[in-house]
Amino acid sequence: MNIKPKVGVISCSGECCSLGTLSRVATRMILEGVRPGTVTLCLPLFLAGDSGEREFAQRFPTIPVDGCHKQCAKKAIEKYSGPTAVDVDVEVLLGEWGAEPPASRRVLGEDDIKLAERVAMEIAKRIDWVQSEQDA
Amino acid sequence: MTEKILVIPCSGIGKPFGTIGRDATFRVVDELRPGKAETNCLSLLVMGDEEATRQVKNSRCIAVDGCPLECAGKNIEIAGGNVAAHIRVMDLLRENRGLKPREATFLDEDGEKLSGLLAERIAAKVDELLEEQR
Repeated sequence: MNIKPKVGVISCSGECCSLGTLSRVATRMILEGVRPGTVTLCLPLFLAGDSGEREFAQRFPTIPVDGCHKQCAKKAIEKYSGPTAVDVDVEVLLGEWGAEPPASRRVLGEDDIKLAERVAMEIAKRIDWVQSEQDA
Repeated sequence: MTEKILVIPCSGIGKPFGTIGRDATFRVVDELRPGKAETNCLSLLVMGDEEATRQVKNSRCIAVDGCPLECAGKNIEIAGGNVAAHIRVMDLLRENRGLKPREATFLDEDGEKLSGLLAERIAAKVDELLEEQR
């Protein structure tokens, strides 16, 4: 049996704008079906100094999913746990796709959910890459 | 002190309670008390962003926490902010034992109900704090 190495994902909290909601929903989609073996870490808990969350990110590759260019999740991992091999910047992805951010930060419409699914696939690609590197 | 009340949820991602706090916060700042309450990124604040730190130091804050670890309240205090009120989703859950939210990505019916109730509670606290400021 091929056991995949553990990978963590941390989404920014992103209350400022709808890109944060998109990051968060895409991260949840990873756990709920796209890559269910993935572990999500709570960024506020990570930042508050929870040793378990920080230790996980030190021991296992952890992918930051940031809504905007301020990249709080990436900076937090690099500050407290070490360098990140890959990351996801939702603002950059939407720019590349020519897609508009959701109009609401609370309620996502049908097109927004499709966008979140597309972001989730980008996260999944990075998870697969990280796991293949660990296997190698 | 600025006039607007700053509402900061924990946005915990593992369970529905963080989603409920986040959803209720958006209801308050965007729908129930626009112009009277605002929010900002908790992670931005904790990462030491100058503007976010200045905002939290100059505002009366309402921390909205989804679990007993109370990340929102603790992180506001670490950043030098004033937690004028601390609202806990678990307290609301204890008062509404019939409601059992299960979904964390998109709130289910019980989660939506709790979010609505929580938003009313936060909005009432916003009014109370604004009244005290006068």
